[in-house]
Amino acid sequence: MEHYLSLLFTSVFVENMALMLFLGMCTFLAVSKKIETAIGLGIAVVIVQSITMPINNLIFTYLLKDGALSWAGMPDLDLSFLGFLVYIGVIAALVQILELFLDKFVPALYNALGIFLPLITVNCAIMGGALFMVERSYTFSESMVYGVGSGLGWAIAIALMAGIREKLKYSDVPPGLRGLGITFITAGLMSLGFMSFSGLTL
Amino acid sequence: MSEMSKTILIKPIFKENPIALQVLGVCSALAVTTSVQVALVMGISLTMVTAFSNMFISMLRNHMPSSIRMIIQMTIIASLVILVDQLLKAFAYEVSKQLSVFVGLIITNCIVMGRAEAFAMKNPPGLSFLDGLGNGAGYSLILVILGAVRELIGSGSILGITLLPTVADGGWYQPNGLMLLAPSAFFLIGFIIWIIRNRDNSQVERNEFSMASHTVEKGAH
Repeated sequence: MEHYLSLLFTSVFVENMALMLFLGMCTFLAVSKKIETAIGLGIAVVIVQSITMPINNLIFTYLLKDGALSWAGMPDLDLSFLGFLVYIGVIAALVQILELFLDKFVPALYNALGIFLPLITVNCAIMGGALFMVERSYTFSESMVYGVGSGLGWAIAIALMAGIREKLKYSDVPPGLRGLGITFITAGLMSLGFMSFSGLTL
Repeated sequence: MSEMSKTILIKPIFKENPIALQVLGVCSALAVTTSVQVALVMGISLTMVTAFSNMFISMLRNHMPSSIRMIIQMTIIASLVILVDQLLKAFAYEVSKQLSVFVGLIITNCIVMGRAEAFAMKNPPGLSFLDGLGNGAGYSLILVILGAVRELIGSGSILGITLLPTVADGGWYQPNGLMLLAPSAFFLIGFIIWIIRNRDNSQVERNEFSMASHTVEKGAH
């Protein structure tokens, strides 16, 4: 249990997807102008991340890994090079299914998240999560925890960023830095703040 | 080379740089720039993927039903990235270890997808290839600049050749370790954008709210 708590803590704070690993930066910079939209996108990322991560983990363990197909009578087969293609396919398909499912059964949530779901397919935080999961060879239950944690970390980061940017628009920024430039500097300062978590373990 | 193809090749490098102006593909620009060598390999890989994916997508552009074009583009891009990843593992194993997941993340790099959607779907293969090369080169340029600054200040060398002998090796330079950590990448990109926009005022964003002056003209005297 303690191991999972520690993994959760690490993935949310110490290895924050957005601020420490720079994943999902495009959307992080583009959709962080308003707090509400930022939180909506954050929730969508948490949901998609915690669903796709375990599924990609199962696919990797039982279909792609070296010798994983021994149950089908092909013990010498190593399909791990197909990984990239499979993960992005799984992510795109799941996002599509989630969209249909939400539209049918939870229309309120669909209306809130609808526009963000297609954006998530190309969010590198999701794909990066899957690749890290494979690289660090997480087990199935670890991948579930990592999925929730990394999504949550990203959501916290974008919500904080949106909060700062809402205040920042009233300030007098030098012309060349306006908009994008100052956002990068802000992200750098936030990243410095998150560095204070490094070294902490539960 | 005709005038038009020259513009397509050169424009994205300085005038419409994908990272500085369009803010595409910043994830990897921040993460893989702790040394010039890694940045260079990443730049070349991305340039190759963008150029060839642009070319193939442009060849298929009249045969793709628009409802499933995303999936087709994704498949083409992912296959090219797999190719690059396998080549790196075979011929530059050390660098591919340092790049770790970021080679795979070329798939979700907005530059590749963005150029496929914006350029390759409307233009013939030859021009699309050049457009991919140009955008890749623009991306690589920023990456190499970032890599050079971070490596020089962070560890006193460029491409592994020591320029500033560090204190640890008996020299005089005390390396600034912050340059090798995450925050400095954000700061440096921020400053590059600042410099570019100061030189070219047309890229400056408008203020949402303008400041009111503190004093009225009469009260100031």
